[in-house]
Amino acid sequence: MNKQYIDLYKQHSPSIKKHSAEVMNRYRDSSFELFAKLGFPTPRMEDYLYSDLREPLAVDYGLNINRIAIPVDPYEAFKCDVPGISSHLYFVVNDMFFPAKNSVPLPEGVIIGSLKDMAGKHPALVEKYYAKLSSEKEDGLIAFNGAFAQDGFFIYVPKGVMLEKPVQIVNIMRSDVDFMANSHNLVVLEEGAKAKLLVCDHTMDNVRFLANRVTEVFVAERASYEHYKLENTHNRNTNLSTLLIEQKESSNVLTNIVTLHNGITRNTIEIALNGEHCETLLCGMVVSDKNQQVDNFTSVRHNKPNCHSNELFKYVLDDESQCGFTGQLVVAKDAQKTQAYQTNKNLLLNNNARIRTKPQLEIYADDVKCSHGATIGQLDQEALFYLRSRGISGKEARLLLMFAFMADIIGNINIDVLQDRIKMMVEKRLRGEQSKCEGCVVCQ
Amino acid sequence: MNKNINNETNQKPPLRGGLEGPLLSIKDLHASINGKEILKGLNLTVNEGEVHAIMGPNGAGKSTLASVLTGREEFEVTSGKVNFYGKDLLELAAEDRAREGVFLSFQYPVEIPGVSMVNFMRTAVNEQRKYRNMEPLSASDFLRMMREKKELVEMDNKLTNRSVNEGFSGGEKKRNEIFQMAMLEPKLAILDETDSGLDIDALRIVANGVNKLKRPDNASIVITHYQRLLDYIVPDFVHVLYDGRIVKTGGKELALELEEKGYDWLK
Ligand SMILES: Nc1ncnc2c1ncn2[C@@H]1O[C@H](COP(=O)(O)OP(=O)(O)OP(=O)(O)O)[C@@H](O)[C@H]1O
Ligand SMILES: [Mg+2]
Repeated sequence: MNKQYIDLYKQHSPSIKKHSAEVMNRYRDSSFELFAKLGFPTPRMEDYLYSDLREPLAVDYGLNINRIAIPVDPYEAFKCDVPGISSHLYFVVNDMFFPAKNSVPLPEGVIIGSLKDMAGKHPALVEKYYAKLSSEKEDGLIAFNGAFAQDGFFIYVPKGVMLEKPVQIVNIMRSDVDFMANSHNLVVLEEGAKAKLLVCDHTMDNVRFLANRVTEVFVAERASYEHYKLENTHNRNTNLSTLLIEQKESSNVLTNIVTLHNGITRNTIEIALNGEHCETLLCGMVVSDKNQQVDNFTSVRHNKPNCHSNELFKYVLDDESQCGFTGQLVVAKDAQKTQAYQTNKNLLLNNNARIRTKPQLEIYADDVKCSHGATIGQLDQEALFYLRSRGISGKEARLLLMFAFMADIIGNINIDVLQDRIKMMVEKRLRGEQSKCEGCVVCQ
Repeated sequence: MNKNINNETNQKPPLRGGLEGPLLSIKDLHASINGKEILKGLNLTVNEGEVHAIMGPNGAGKSTLASVLTGREEFEVTSGKVNFYGKDLLELAAEDRAREGVFLSFQYPVEIPGVSMVNFMRTAVNEQRKYRNMEPLSASDFLRMMREKKELVEMDNKLTNRSVNEGFSGGEKKRNEIFQMAMLEPKLAILDETDSGLDIDALRIVANGVNKLKRPDNASIVITHYQRLLDYIVPDFVHVLYDGRIVKTGGKELALELEEKGYDWLK
């Protein structure tokens, strides 16, 4: 399967380049060379132990290299109740960015658009950041993305500007045949800027999809950034998503990665703390059943002293679902006074479900406070009996406990409407009433 | 407002269905856990309007009796019969026993982080109503009910705004049990050492709560080690549970005698 894409690139790289931006093309051949060397990741590789992507990667997907427009108006198709949503809303269909319609006006200086278009309009700005994190990585999926991604979204928040309302990007996979999309996104927050981004992943058609998305986020000094990702896709979807974040001094980042329904998902989240006094909170939640697979690979790199990171991931697994969690924590030699905490808790509702969890601590500094803990368990039988002894049915009691288990993750969603909505969706999901999403999260 | 709700709140639910006989009758009950027999032929009859105290040394099987009556699956009933208003109680799942009107105030109430008291009680009350073919309570009726019952046990608002028992002190947990009892208005309340861990004031408040909930058509079984509680909740009968059996039954004066002499003389 590696060879298939190597040939494809060799044959079609002129078209790929023609329909992309110059700054993206600059990294394209070197990315391709790296991919040719590494190939797609396999479970034999240290960082992919819990992700077996061989089957989904072997599917014969179509690619839209010539970027032929798809006849769909997502604003129509998704029936958003626009006045009700308080967000800057955009759609990405496969890898095509759809400019805003009736969206709330953006504050002065804020740029949100297609990466390809913005690279044309603001070349110096895009050039300064594009691939600055991703090109450093020895990773087959990122390299593949560098070779094949032709577009994505670009978000820029200038110095001191606070985006009050969240930016919402709805990714929709849409195709009549099995289909692959690659996109590369860039988020830049200048000094003291503030923004919240919500990315929703959806699938529209009943075909096999594979999305390979890389997002680079640059959070400058004293900036504050919240990244929410909500996946609600069908079970024929393979979602490969890499989130690379760089934090500068005294910046603040929250990521909350929610997988409510999916097929095969691999989330790589890597946060580099490259300035002192950074605060980072990584949260994540997985509800999976049937034969769904979710692998969250997280990596927090304390490169400077006096930073504080906290990580909390929770999974509820049923049926034959197989999931993985890796919490990599690297504390550099001079990153003294680091505080880094990590927790992964898992509920297995069924003997056939499987979770593999691995803390991976590499601590080179000596004056640090670090802890990690992972638990795998069933519902608390004492609590279950207590609830039943008050007349609550076993089914309802289990739901209350599962919902309670997720409560702190949901509590770490600082957009009220999103929090309420996810609460409701999790409850529906746990009740087994929601096997597939209908519409996006903020939109009804 | 649904008029159904209005006239049903204070009405006795149609549980009894014209059946004669005692509220609870336990005959020759044997129960074991992990192959170890704990209850060894226990007999007890409780009629409407009665208060029964059960006393007995540690490990005698008092909490086991409570667990068996409320349907804890770890305990195996090897023989014997338990009838509740003529129904075979042992046939019912734990939740159905509760809906029929059996309530246990736990010796050790569990903490359930993440489940709010309000959500817990709303679910419990409405599941019970559903079982009795009653409409769910409206939000405002429910909140009014919460307020009334909280007053009954003088429970702090702070507590009902938290997760179930989470971070509650020992005494607060016990008070919360009686609050739940008030919310669910059981026919048979089993209070397992509800007095332990309570200070004098709390003891009086909790006992008052229990007394206010007393009606001619319900009953309670009060498990305690201390005669003091029985000054507040006056029992009609005092039983001594010893090594899995009721070995002595008397009036409230038996409690005083036990306090004085201990259990050895009963061997
Ligand atoms: N899960 C269990 N496994 C094994 N033995 C148990 C279990 N639960 C209770 N027992 C045993 O059953 C016996 C009766 O216990 P029980 O809790 O009913 O006593 P009790 O009369 O309530 O005592 P106390 O006054 O201390 O509360 C004890 O010997 C106890 O160790
Ligand atoms: Mg006991």
